[in-house]
Amino acid sequence: MKNRTITFKTPISIQETATIAGPKEGAGPLKDYYHNILENDVLGQKSFESAEIKIHTYTIKHMLNRAKLKENDIDCVFCGDLLDEIIGCNYTMREFDIAFMGLYNACATFGEALILGATMLDAGHMEKVICSTASHFSSAERKFRYPLELGSQRTPLSQWTVTGAGSTLLSKQDVSKIKITMATVGRVVDYGVSDANDMGAAMAPAAMDTLIAHFRDTGRKPDYYDLIATGDLGHSGSRLLQKLIKEKNIELNDNYTDCGILVYNRESQDVQQGGSGTGCCSLVFNSYIYTQLKRGKYKKILLVPTGALVSKISSLQGETIPAIAHAVAIEVL
Amino acid sequence: MKLEGNEKKEYLAFVRKESPKTEHAKTMTRAFFLGGIICCIGQGISDLLRYLAPTLEEKIIMSFTLLIIITITGILTGFGIYDKIGDWGGAGSIIPITGFANSIVSPAIERKTEGVVLGLCNNMFTIAGPVIVIGLTVSVLVGLIYWFIGVI
Amino acid sequence: MEMVLIYLRVFVIGGFICLIGQILINVTKLTSARILVVFLLLGIVLESFGLFEPIKQFGRAGATIPITGFGATLAKGAIEGVKKQGLFGAITGGIQAGAMGLSTAIFVGFIVALVSKPRTK
Repeated sequence: MKNRTITFKTPISIQETATIAGPKEGAGPLKDYYHNILENDVLGQKSFESAEIKIHTYTIKHMLNRAKLKENDIDCVFCGDLLDEIIGCNYTMREFDIAFMGLYNACATFGEALILGATMLDAGHMEKVICSTASHFSSAERKFRYPLELGSQRTPLSQWTVTGAGSTLLSKQDVSKIKITMATVGRVVDYGVSDANDMGAAMAPAAMDTLIAHFRDTGRKPDYYDLIATGDLGHSGSRLLQKLIKEKNIELNDNYTDCGILVYNRESQDVQQGGSGTGCCSLVFNSYIYTQLKRGKYKKILLVPTGALVSKISSLQGETIPAIAHAVAIEVL
Repeated sequence: MKLEGNEKKEYLAFVRKESPKTEHAKTMTRAFFLGGIICCIGQGISDLLRYLAPTLEEKIIMSFTLLIIITITGILTGFGIYDKIGDWGGAGSIIPITGFANSIVSPAIERKTEGVVLGLCNNMFTIAGPVIVIGLTVSVLVGLIYWFIGVI
Repeated sequence: MEMVLIYLRVFVIGGFICLIGQILINVTKLTSARILVVFLLLGIVLESFGLFEPIKQFGRAGATIPITGFGATLAKGAIEGVKKQGLFGAITGGIQAGAMGLSTAIFVGFIVALVSKPRTK
């Protein structure tokens, strides 16, 4: 089978990160790691879509401030979200005088953004790029599920879309020890799951496919990494992945976790299987995981954002749910 | 990459086996309890109407009971309370007429951001539409069959 | 005492209908729109065969408040319409009988939606 892993000629530095978390996320276990926490997730906007756009805009602005850079210093922004025609990003980027590439891989968009950004830098076309994703519980809920005021029960397998945004600033110069060294591009995997409330089961095979390709291409073993974090499989999806991949003789043990598990406190926050959404893994990576990389708790991590490529129309037409996962290896060099 | 046939069935069976189970006892008890309570409230309203206006026809009393209970649901939905009741009681909140009212009011509120005509009005029946369409179609069908039998 | 018994019957019948609905949801993962349609049809069928009246006599609001009762009202309207007005009644009877529920839901829905704001959770 064809090699799907990219090894960057010069590892790409992660210069800075910025995050904004919604109120529910801000009350969760990672509250000390977020750069900003919102008290109210509507931000005085007329619609939830506008609120998401505001959150994403502030995150990118905040990032520029933290890195003491101007819009002029950034070559391109790679970003995506869950809304139709990725309007969240389109209107976010209307506020900036920066080149823009809009991406969609559902909740795996953050992985896609990191890979494309790093590749552009590695190829020498650009100097500094921002990779960014955002999601909002209420705008996603009304797009993918039911109106918020409808009295419907959340099924035990459902997940809670994260309200928040995370941005990563990648730089070609050697400005940071934390580097992206490799990346494995995922393919679309469909194991025939059709329950739109059970994203974990739809995405676990995609995560497995990408992980197997990554370990095969690189010759690495899971214990090479201090942390392997999937994007948003949730509690039940992560368990599925561990069991599935065990049958292929790969063991994911204590160094394995999932951003959707980390972001909420399952006991007290009523989120069923955990967090999900394009913002989920970018929020967790850019706050908690990046901080731990800086502090030296982790030296080598593998981030595997997972995305369920579900659409309301294809679901109604009886299609099953395809999924994708990309793997990005980030190491302290 | 797509799984077909037996491999797909095996995976789906595996998922079913590994997935957390629905808490049947809890959800069913709650549905029973909430459904019962809502119906008792309905009975209470109609009994009150009967007491206040003993001369009214039974049909009118039933209609006004519906009017009151639907109005209450609409207000509860507007204040964001009915969705919490629904999250607790499941089918107990869907099957009573209150669930029907909630399914009309909730998309209307939500789509207001896209305008009153094209948002609010246009989307009022995104959930309840089938109820009205099927309800009326089948009732006309029943009427036609009765008429037909009568003619013969 | 009789009062308590009546309310007990209302509670049990209403609760029982919702209980069946919850079993359907748990087992088949039907969405709320489909659940409403299933129980509406159940009401229409029961009424058409004259089986709803005894349930209503026993369970009162427990039978009429669930959407099943609305279905029965529609069917009853159509049947009575035929008796009174023939073919004309067959077509208009259902919607006339269901007019209160429908009009109120639409009217209240419109007004409430106009004055209230979508809220997050």
